Amino acid sequence: MNAWRQPGLWLTFLIVLAGGLGALLTRNDTLRETMFTTLMFVALASSLNILLGYTGYVSFGHIVFFGLGGYTGFYLLSQRGWPVYMAALAGGLLSALLAGLLGLAIFRLRGAYFALATIGINEAARAFVNNFPPFGGPTGLFVNFAVYKQYGGAAQALWITFTLLWASTLAVLLLSFLIKHSRFGLGLMAIREDEDAAMVMGVKAPAAKTMAFVLSAFFPGVIGTLFFFKNGNVEPGDAFRLHMSIETLVMVMLGGQGTVLGPVVGAVTYERLRSYLLTSSFFKNLHLAFSGLALLLIVLFVPAGVVGWLRTHFARLRGVLE
Amino acid sequence: MSPSASLRPCLQVQGVTKRFGGLQALTNVTFDLPEGQILGLIGPNGAGKTTLFNVISGVYSPERGRVIFRGQDITGWKPYHVARLGLARTHQIVRALNGLTVLQNVMTGACFGRESRPLSQARDIADEVLTFVRLAERRDELAASLNVAQKKRLELARALAARPYLVLLDEVLAGLNPTEIAEMVEVVRQIRDQGVTILIIEHVMHALMNVSERVIVLDYGEQIAEGTPEEVANNPKVIGAYLGDPRLAEELLSGK
Repeated sequence: MNAWRQPGLWLTFLIVLAGGLGALLTRNDTLRETMFTTLMFVALASSLNILLGYTGYVSFGHIVFFGLGGYTGFYLLSQRGWPVYMAALAGGLLSALLAGLLGLAIFRLRGAYFALATIGINEAARAFVNNFPPFGGPTGLFVNFAVYKQYGGAAQALWITFTLLWASTLAVLLLSFLIKHSRFGLGLMAIREDEDAAMVMGVKAPAAKTMAFVLSAFFPGVIGTLFFFKNGNVEPGDAFRLHMSIETLVMVMLGGQGTVLGPVVGAVTYERLRSYLLTSSFFKNLHLAFSGLALLLIVLFVPAGVVGWLRTHFARLRGVLE
Repeated sequence: MSPSASLRPCLQVQGVTKRFGGLQALTNVTFDLPEGQILGLIGPNGAGKTTLFNVISGVYSPERGRVIFRGQDITGWKPYHVARLGLARTHQIVRALNGLTVLQNVMTGACFGRESRPLSQARDIADEVLTFVRLAERRDELAASLNVAQKKRLELARALAARPYLVLLDEVLAGLNPTEIAEMVEVVRQIRDQGVTILIIEHVMHALMNVSERVIVLDYGEQIAEGTPEEVANNPKVIGAYLGDPRLAEELLSGK
């Protein structure tokens, strides 16, 4: 069986390719902004899926890697004059390193205790940045206009950032697909199903879980840097929103955890709903209530998510939906 | 195989003692298991049989004593290190990886067992082992959809796909009907004939007496008897602690 021939892979890639190309070809700023948010959610959800979907560990701390990696990248590009792609890479590497260190400590915990520990990490990261002078403390950092010169102006910088985000999103999906079809991925899924049985079969669970955590943390660091660069500033309140972690969880659960396509479907659907709710006069203050309700309904009625549900109920789709 | 190699113990358990709080689960358990043999492990519920399996496979580490596998001291090793040396096991309460397909379950064994095969080769091994345990036609179904007898065969297939030197079988016959028991016993014999050493826990006495070369009896964590099935079945201590009825012993042996 050749995994590359799976139509599901190409379907997933085409959705994301088309979205990015649409914005790049039309050069429409509004479309770019919408696509930026959508692709960001797709990438965040897909990277969380590597931990949540394949390994089965629920993390409320995914946004920590977005926040801390983003802060690091933003610091490097705004205060040290690094080019944005280098800064984004550095942000990703810092997040990956942090995940490696954290993983060694908190993967001794399982289930609810692991989830609780990840909430603690979010709060700790916020408190740290609030009191860390190089990162500007509570007021955060902003981009000096001179920085945009190397990109040929602010408008051009936005397009470059968007292109980098688009490429990162495709990279996350590729990574997610490769993991799912690897020996390493099989080990992760064995851990998800029964960690003790997996270890008895020879799966080195502590190392595998930590590796999954590292891989899932790298991209949020990259994306955080790009997002804050696009915004032109970063502050602790924006970087460490616990509810963004929860929204990312909802996207993965909605689309279907443990599938490559699921987080894409979940992220796009949730993003569309969210922007509708945020702009409607009646719902604008209720969008988080909605995401909580959605999570509740999914967990109760479709725990496998949209893609998972389709795969279970239509055996023929199993070859198509990856 | 040279005679000296066949006499070398595959597994040596030396003075193993395990305690859970105030409960003495295992006391000074000692035995050798030569290569290529089937050793039966019997005893009443709570005698410490599964605990002993857990100590051997690295799930628990013992307070005292040593576990030596093919000449290597593996006491206190992690289960995944023990598995990669060539020791595989099944569980008393089946632990199928329910969300994965039957094939993926068995591939996991091949990928992470002694031979650590890459995925493509693991798939071939899994297909071969699934045919051996007669689950081949269910290969693409989710493990959750199997019944108990099939799940037991799945666990066995998973263990065998690792190409182990030693398998620990924890009540693979429990819950099976007489036909299924006969089939499984045949499978166990075939595994031994392939050169795999077997340590087996079983309550289905006639089957165990039939298939084992030697039997060890545990009671309250202590080893109360060891010997051939005949010796053990006629041992008054074993009759008192476990078999309960002297005539039963005769029946068990006459079934042979």
